[in-house]
Amino acid sequence: MELQRQKNFDPVFRWLATLCGALVVLMVAGIFWELVEGSQLSLHKFGVGFIFSQAWNPVKEDFGAASSIYGTLVSTAIAMFLAVPLSLIIALFLVELAPPWLSRIVGAAIELLAAIPSIIFGMWGLFVFAPFMADYVQPFLADVPGGPLFSGVKMGIGMLTAGIILALMILPYITSVTRDIFLMVPAVVKESAYGMGSTTWEVSRKVTIPYGIQGIVGACFLGLARAIGETMAVTFVIGNRHEISASLFSAGNSIASTLANEFTEAAEPIYLSSLVELGLVLFGVTFLLQLLAQWWLKRTKRKMGVA
Amino acid sequence: MKEKSIAGRRFRDLLVRGLACLAAVIGIAFLAWILYVVMAHGLGAINWDFFTERPAPPGMEGGGMGSAIVGTLVLTGLAMLIGVPIGLLAGVYLAEFGGHTRLGECVRFTTNMLMGTPSIIIGVFVYIIMVVPMKNFSGYAGAVSLAIIMLPVVTRTTEDMLQLVPSALRESALALGAPRWKVTLGVVFRAAKNGLITGILLAVARVSGETAPLLFTALNSPYWLSSLNEPTGNLTVTIFNYAMSPYPDWQAMAWGASFLITAGVLSATVFTRSLLWFRSHR
Repeated sequence: MELQRQKNFDPVFRWLATLCGALVVLMVAGIFWELVEGSQLSLHKFGVGFIFSQAWNPVKEDFGAASSIYGTLVSTAIAMFLAVPLSLIIALFLVELAPPWLSRIVGAAIELLAAIPSIIFGMWGLFVFAPFMADYVQPFLADVPGGPLFSGVKMGIGMLTAGIILALMILPYITSVTRDIFLMVPAVVKESAYGMGSTTWEVSRKVTIPYGIQGIVGACFLGLARAIGETMAVTFVIGNRHEISASLFSAGNSIASTLANEFTEAAEPIYLSSLVELGLVLFGVTFLLQLLAQWWLKRTKRKMGVA
Repeated sequence: MKEKSIAGRRFRDLLVRGLACLAAVIGIAFLAWILYVVMAHGLGAINWDFFTERPAPPGMEGGGMGSAIVGTLVLTGLAMLIGVPIGLLAGVYLAEFGGHTRLGECVRFTTNMLMGTPSIIIGVFVYIIMVVPMKNFSGYAGAVSLAIIMLPVVTRTTEDMLQLVPSALRESALALGAPRWKVTLGVVFRAAKNGLITGILLAVARVSGETAPLLFTALNSPYWLSSLNEPTGNLTVTIFNYAMSPYPDWQAMAWGASFLITAGVLSATVFTRSLLWFRSHR
């Protein structure tokens, strides 16, 4: 009798678990729905032009996303430009060069970098790294012939600094996925190349990297999705200015930093709605990138599993 | 085919080896730099008052972060109470019931999506669904947004950990006539206990350093916590506000809070990671 009563709870438990699972799906759908709903006002007023307009004038209630999107793209591009090669070569170091004990320590340290909260990167970036950039890195870059890229006032804060800090923040993610991909390359394949007399670099360049290239691309997508949505560290150092400028030294803003700075100040409905639409753009882009990354990584893993 | 000289190949190999070592050193150097800076700036701001007093107006002597520390602890605790049970059950659903059904695929997919959603978007979402209807910023809204961030992390690790439990264990318990829920909670959960705990701890560690989702949900407050239905002081938003302020003594307090957050999050992370590592190498 007692057992029967306990068994009666089974369907309840099952439904409870299913409900919680379904809740996750509902949540993502809800986020999408609420963002679309919340940006109706701005969608109707500005239409598609919102994305291309450089205006950002709360007084005249005229808003456009161009400078935020531009800042997000540029800071992310700098981050990827720096983080991808660095992560790749660190992953190679961890898998091919370092003895196991060293590999473990360095690997753990790199992963620790991922555990540092975003706001700490912001504090360090604003008070320590930005002055360092202004005193040492930017004067040096100003002498490099880079056209308008490296011109302008050397304030320390700005696109370049934000990009470098972003690079540091996504480095551990790309490194750890790439390391796992490298570890999946069968030893036999590498050993054959070594047996032919190849050097370590030749094995890496001609065997390991081509073998894992698809996985590496997936890892880069993951890093990209992370960089695009990163908020606090960027908000601290990007300078928060709604203007587009060719110089990487100049202050700018990103979608996330605009949200962080202005959301609580937005009193007028159209202001708030424009900010929500910015959020919608950000959500849409990260969603697509994630989708691409997951589909790509899954496909790669299946392929490598079969091979 | 062009023949390359052995010396050239050796040189190139050595060059890349050098670069790789340099890259690893760069990575570690930045970690060390950040940790050093946080320690050097932060330790000086920490004293007894830091833990027991509430923030003082700029220019006034003394003051502390006591109210913000309490706020962060309460917000994180409440987020755990909401996020962990739902996350665990969703993980149970994926591992035990519907992992291969269409809904299961869908849940797994959206869990991954939610994990990659920028935390500031979660903040906007909770602002729309909670702060607007309730007409004020509140600790509840802050806790809910932290819980949403925690949820996918807990779900994912729960599924992974439960799948490591051999199905023979489930089958034996079921064969003895135990009801399914008892098998899951009493046998499978017990077998996966350590893994589940590490998953939860990692999720908590991640969430306790979050700022963006609190900016427009919990907001911030210089007062001691009296009700969760009003703006709630917390460490991370206080750091943001203080760091952006022009007052040196506020900035010093921000460094102290940064130190506290970093020490807490990193020690929790290192602790759980070493736990995982020791178990897999025993």
